[in-house]
Amino acid sequence: MLYKCESKEKNKILGQLFLTNLYISAFTFGGGFVIITFMKSKYVNELHWLDEEEMLDLTALAQSSPGAIAVNASILIGWRMAGLAGMLAATAGTILPPMLILSVLSFFYTAFADNPYVALVLKGMQAGAAAVILDVVCSLGQNVLKEKSALDLCLMVAVFFSAFFLNINVIFLILAAVFAGIIRTVHVRKKR
Amino acid sequence: MIYLKLFLSFLQVGLFSIGGGYAALPLIQSQVVEENGWLSMSEFTDLITIAEMTPGPITINSATFVGIRIAGVTGAVSATIGCILPAFIFASLLAFVYYRYRKLSVIKSILESLRPAVVALIASAGLTILRAAVFGEAEISFDNIRWIEAGCFAAAFLILRKCRWNPILAMILCGAAGLGLHLLFP
Repeated sequence: MLYKCESKEKNKILGQLFLTNLYISAFTFGGGFVIITFMKSKYVNELHWLDEEEMLDLTALAQSSPGAIAVNASILIGWRMAGLAGMLAATAGTILPPMLILSVLSFFYTAFADNPYVALVLKGMQAGAAAVILDVVCSLGQNVLKEKSALDLCLMVAVFFSAFFLNINVIFLILAAVFAGIIRTVHVRKKR
Repeated sequence: MIYLKLFLSFLQVGLFSIGGGYAALPLIQSQVVEENGWLSMSEFTDLITIAEMTPGPITINSATFVGIRIAGVTGAVSATIGCILPAFIFASLLAFVYYRYRKLSVIKSILESLRPAVVALIASAGLTILRAAVFGEAEISFDNIRWIEAGCFAAAFLILRKCRWNPILAMILCGAAGLGLHLLFP
């Protein structure tokens, strides 16, 4: 069984997927990873639909498919919970707020973009978004450290350094991690 | 037909923007400004500014913005569908493969290596946003710190760590505090 829900609770789950993503997407500024951290706190910590490892795996998959990370993550979570219908409900929730906002703004966008008060609110929200992401990173990082694997730790530090300081494209970093995983299996097999 | 044209242009954007976010910008620019002349370069710059200031992925934002200006609501919908169709196909394929084969030892080991990498990527994204909030466009130095935003960040971080607040509430309060404090201490 690939999908998690049974048919009788399906409608409830579809509604919840749609509304949760609508809410998250309407209030999250600043790109895919912000949305992913909000999804994590809702779907993993609050609803317990997914466990933390699964959420990280889905993040890696969302990062590796073409298109926006937020949309990809919605597709994956929707698929997991309720198949095709789940995908559609979750994605509709994610794309409706930006579509509505941009439609309205396309008529008077200069007034909005030049308004200094809007800019101040957004700067404050940016600081808040950074706090949310780094809070999640602390929890996730602690779990990686708990594994006490030197390789995991090296990977985490190396990927962080390459992404933050060297601005290396995310795709190459994901491929490097995949490669490390393959090497690790080969290594374990040789030992046996 | 303009709807089909919008659909096909944004299909290409959706298909080739791997890695998300700013990886998509040059693609959108080449489709929208250079190939089809739907926006001028200065309109395109406005679009980026708005996309940064509003929620939602930049590809969806630009599909809606361009679609609605060129061909109304139907245009916006056809551009957006073009934009997310490739993701639908690839992501559901990946999900299928993941749930079917994740117990295999090779796949398991690859996923185990991906997890710390993903944590690192999220950390990097978070710090990039923090840098933008606290220093704006300026260089990182003590003189350039925007103290109000730095304070909002520190308060929100502590509250989230210690009291497990709703993250969206914390973010909205930061926005309100940012505006309020700037008005009080200009």
